Order: sequence, then structure tokens, then C-alpha cells
Amino acid sequence: MQTLDKYLELFQKNRKQIGKDDPPFMKKLRDTAIASFRQSGFPGRKEERYRYTHLEPVFDGELSFDFQPRQIHFDDDEIFSCDVPLLDSMVVTVLNGFFHHPGKEALTRLDNGIIYGSLKEAIGQYPDLVKKFLGKNAPTSDEPFVALNTAFSQDGIFLYVPEGVRMERPIQIINLLLSDKNHMVHHRNLFVLESNAVAQVIICDHTLSPHMFLTNSVTEAYTGENADLDLLRLQNEHNNSCQVTNTWISQERHSRCQHGTITLHGGIVRNNLRINMVGEGAETSALGLFLTDKMQQVDSYTVIDHRKPQCTSNQYYKGVLDDISTGAFNGKIHVHPDAQKTEAFQTNNNILLSDTAKMYTKPRLEIYADDVKCSHGATVGQLDEEALFYLQSRGISKEEGRLMLMDAFTWDVISKIKHPSLQERITELVGKRLRGELSRCNNCAMHCQE
Amino acid sequence: MLEIKDLKVNIEDKEILKGINLSVKAGEVHAIMGPNGSGKSTLASALAGRDYFNITHGKIIYEGKDLTELTPEDRAREGIFLGFQYPVEIPGVSMVNFLRTSINSMRKYRGQDPLPAGDFLKLMREKKKIVEIDSDLTNRSVNEGFSGGEKKKNEIFQMALLEPKLAILDETDSGLDIDALRIVSNGVNKLRSPENATIIITHYQRLLDYIVPDVVHVLYKGRIVKSGDKSLAKELEEHGYEWIKQEVDANA
Repeated sequence: MQTLDKYLELFQKNRKQIGKDDPPFMKKLRDTAIASFRQSGFPGRKEERYRYTHLEPVFDGELSFDFQPRQIHFDDDEIFSCDVPLLDSMVVTVLNGFFHHPGKEALTRLDNGIIYGSLKEAIGQYPDLVKKFLGKNAPTSDEPFVALNTAFSQDGIFLYVPEGVRMERPIQIINLLLSDKNHMVHHRNLFVLESNAVAQVIICDHTLSPHMFLTNSVTEAYTGENADLDLLRLQNEHNNSCQVTNTWISQERHSRCQHGTITLHGGIVRNNLRINMVGEGAETSALGLFLTDKMQQVDSYTVIDHRKPQCTSNQYYKGVLDDISTGAFNGKIHVHPDAQKTEAFQTNNNILLSDTAKMYTKPRLEIYADDVKCSHGATVGQLDEEALFYLQSRGISKEEGRLMLMDAFTWDVISKIKHPSLQERITELVGKRLRGELSRCNNCAMHCQE
Repeated sequence: MLEIKDLKVNIEDKEILKGINLSVKAGEVHAIMGPNGSGKSTLASALAGRDYFNITHGKIIYEGKDLTELTPEDRAREGIFLGFQYPVEIPGVSMVNFLRTSINSMRKYRGQDPLPAGDFLKLMREKKKIVEIDSDLTNRSVNEGFSGGEKKKNEIFQMALLEPKLAILDETDSGLDIDALRIVSNGVNKLRSPENATIIITHYQRLLDYIVPDVVHVLYKGRIVKSGDKSLAKELEEHGYEWIKQEVDANA
């Protein structure tokens, strides 16, 4: 049986279980999604967008899938210690794609009107609010993995920040994967910031058992007029896992968004980012940093859609690749005919530490307006031998010198992370990763790998 | 202190140094002069351990040790300092981090504990005075955005911090205006002592007005073709290198 048919059958056979409490709009959304997916299927090897990352064989593997949250009893504190422990944040835990809230409310509404918690619960409690946004910015026809997620996702995190409300503390979403067999997860986040709202979201991914995990997640975010969203993703799954993230952000007038993806570990990682600037004067910055070794594959695919005048976008992606790892960056800036006075910049710099690591980079500009400032640049190179010799000539060992140069290379991206304690922690994590001291089991207390 | 015996060095297949003999004793200042392309910088780089230079013949004995057996970092830790002709800009590596790592690497090699932060800052302040370096420069990335003069001052500043036994200054005077030249030379003179030695590589005699050498060598076509006292430098200033070239080429 073809992989596509397997998924169509999985959907049809379990149609009653998938979203069994769905209101009518959700049922419709899923039906449209599965129809889109039936049409597109998995992207083939010849499809340009997925040229360097072939995901169908991964989806074809023997993988379990949950239609209801599994009753796994565990104490967060006992088996898991957070990567960013000093951050004063509101922590929400997602276990295998379901909001994990033992003994707590599935959805919390604060006095200032902020709502956060389970998306599934939000669909039940606030169907009109969710309906207004869910699936509106991440259309299933655009991207097969968004379609697949829309059909299958059961839960995830919902965040709503009302007009003019500033979240005092960041919300930290910890995605935990824990299973006794190879397992697949489709989870979905929806963040809505009304006009003048301010929020910071940190998403961390962790695998707590050695099984192969396949995650296909969709995060949709809406930033209203003059709203401010800071969204940072820290990827640290084990190397026997595969992760597809789809982040679709829509920006209204004068809104600001900072998006960052830091990839420390993970077997096959594909990050799709799409920023849709639908209002004038919106600003966005997209940061990416990945560090790979062994057989890791990390593929970043970004599309920044400048639809209205006077929007600014800055993309800054960097990679350090070792061993036989592979990286790809495909970044498109699309300036629509209306989008005069656009300023769009893109940089992608990569360092190969071995003769066998591979990096594919493809910056793309499509400009249909005539009064714009755009630039893009991409480099793939080695550590600067002259600089290394200079350090050595001052008594610094070659090994230490290499690390200093790599720290410097990565600092360019890390220094742009706004939150100081987060910046500090990421500096430390990246430093440890470069020194080979960061085990993927660092934050797990189960010691199953040791 | 340093004994170079019949040193031959290739870059790829091309022989650049064709048998250098040089002996430097503690307390001495040697100047190595010569026209462009004579192999001066190759000699400096070979001493510091740059790996694309291939030593095909001869020996470099430093303090009784075969230098060619040592990595560049171990040569530095043994007290050899190379002042670069073109100091490298290293964006993202702060001067402070660079200098501290450097000093502590040397200390570790000598079995000493890392220098406490307070002592390190004090040492920096003290040594900055020697080369009249701007405080602001040490807050930046290594050599990044430094002017030509600032880069050269920075080399001498590092030399002051590291207190080498043997300093090799490669074209330290090139690109310096008269004030910077004075400051750089003063720095070098202040660091002179009976225990250490300096090799000054230069194209012009100008620097030697400030730093008076004990011995002057002329390097031409990969060989030392003439050695003498400081008056040799004067002679070269007056007559250029032409007469030496003719002399050597006539004998060849």
C-alpha cells in the first residue's frame, strides 16, 4: 500500500474517533484538509521544495498514533529538568501532542482576559473565537504537512491575548515525547494576539524515551495591529527522531514579530516558516541557528510574503555542520505589487567542519514592486584558517581556537535574541553543544541511555 | 637562544628559503632586511609554525629544543611571539576573551592557575600604557574595525602582556605614520631586556632609527647574503638594495 493510502485509510477508519467532540466547523476543516492531502500526497523527490529532505519513507514507518491522550503517570520534576530553568515563565506541558495538566484546569482564563491551555478545550469552550482564526492562515492547500496536521491533530496549545494586554511573563511550551514504541504525533498550536497585545512564547521539544518519534506540528499565530510577538523554538530531540514544524504567522499593520529557531539535536528536522505581512508597516525578524553532526539533517524553508507597503523583514540563518550531516536553507522573499517601500534582507552563512558535511542554500527574491530595498546573501565555508593560526600563535590550542571561532560565529545569531536570561542560557547550551558536552539526555533524569 | 641551521622552506613546490643560517643570543636585537619577495615573511611564519610552509631541510633550535617538533601554540607557550604584518580581524571574539584565554593558556602550560579576573584587568591597564592604546579598543572584537596603526599597536600590546623570550616583528612598521611608529618603537624598547631577544623584519631602515639593532642581515632570494652592524642598515638606506643584488647576482 502506498504511504498516502495508509494515511487516508487511517483517517477514514478512525473518523469517528478523530476529534469526536468537534463542532461542525472543525469537521469541515478536517474534511477539506484530508481532501487536500489526497490531492497533493507526500512531496516527491522531484518536488523542488522538498528536494533535500525526503519525508515519505519516514511517514511510511511502523508508527503508533493516539486518538486520545494516553494515561501516562509521571512527575515532571522527577523525570525532566528544563533546559531553561531560570526563566520566570508560565510553563505548559504537552505530552505526545496532548496538553498535559494532571489535576489542573485544561484551560485557564486570567483576570486580564488572557486565555491559555488546551486547544481542544478552547475549541469546545470558545468555538467562535477559535473558528475565526484556526486554519485561516495555514491553508491546507499550500502545504501537504499542514493538511495532514489539520486532518489528524487532536490537541496542542491555545493562547489568546486580548487587546492592549501585555503578558508579563513568557509562556513556555514544553513538548515531551514519551512512548514504549515508535510513535507519531500531530499537534497544533494557535496563538492570537489582538491589537496592541504583547506576548513571548518559547517552545522546547524533548524526547524522553529512545524510540523513534515523528512529529508534524503546526503553529499558527496572528498578530493584530501594533501587536508584538516573540516566538522562539528550541529543538533538542534525539537523533532517532524526525520533526516537521510548520509555522504560519500573519501580521497586521505595524505589528512586530521576532521568530527564532535554534536546533541543537534531532535526526531529520524540517522547519517551514511562512510570514504573511497583511498590514502596512509590519516588521519581522527571523533567526535560525542549527548545529549538526553525525547523520543529522536540518532543512529550513522560509517564505516571507510582503503584501502591503512599508514592511520590513530581516532573516538571519546560520549553520555549523560536522561529520556527514546535511543542511539546507531555502528562503524566499516575495514582494507583491502593492508592497512599495519594502525593506527585506536575508543572510545565510554556513560553516562546514568536515569534508563530508553538505549544505545546500538557495536564497530567492521575487519582487513585483519597483520601490523596494532588498538583499540576500549566502555563504558556505570553513573556519577561517588565518584567524585560527592567529589564536594559536598566542598560545591558544587549536581545539580551543576552533571553539572560540564557532562561538563567535553562532553569537551573531544568539545576540539577536531579545530576552537576556534566555540569550544567556542559549549561549551556554550552544557552547556545550559545540564542545560535545550537551547530551540529548541532559534534561532527562531517566538515564535510559546511559 | 635561537639557532637556525641551513633552513630550507617550500611553499607547495617552490623553494622560498634556500639555506638560512642565523644565530640569536639573549639580549640581542637582530634586524632582517631585504627587498620584497626575498623570503622575510616566510622566515617569520616558519618560526611561528604556520603549516602551509614546508620545511624540507635544516633545523631550528630554540633554547635547546627542536622548534619544528612543536605546534604553533606550544611555540608561543615556550616564549615565541610573532607580531603579524597583517593582524587578522576576528569578528565576534572579544579582545578581553581572546587575551584572557591566551594568558591563561600560557599559564596552564607553565603549571600556573588561571589569573584572577581582578589581576587580569590590572595587568591590562598597566600594559595599555606602554603602547598608549585606547581603552575602547579592548572592548571590541579582535582587530575588528581597527585602523592600520591600531592593529600594529595591538600587536605590541599583546607582546607586552605575554612577555615573550623571543619576539619576531614582521613588518611592524609598514603602514604606520610617524606618531604610531614612535609609540610602537617605544613599546618595543621598553620591553627589551638582557633575557629576551627580538628579530625585526623590515623593508625600510626607518624603524631602526628608533629600535637600534645589534646585527643587521640582508635576506635576498632566500639566503642571508650579508650581515653587519647597524651601519649596514644606513648603507642600504642610502644606496638601496641594488648594489647587493648586483653583488650576489654577479657571484651566482
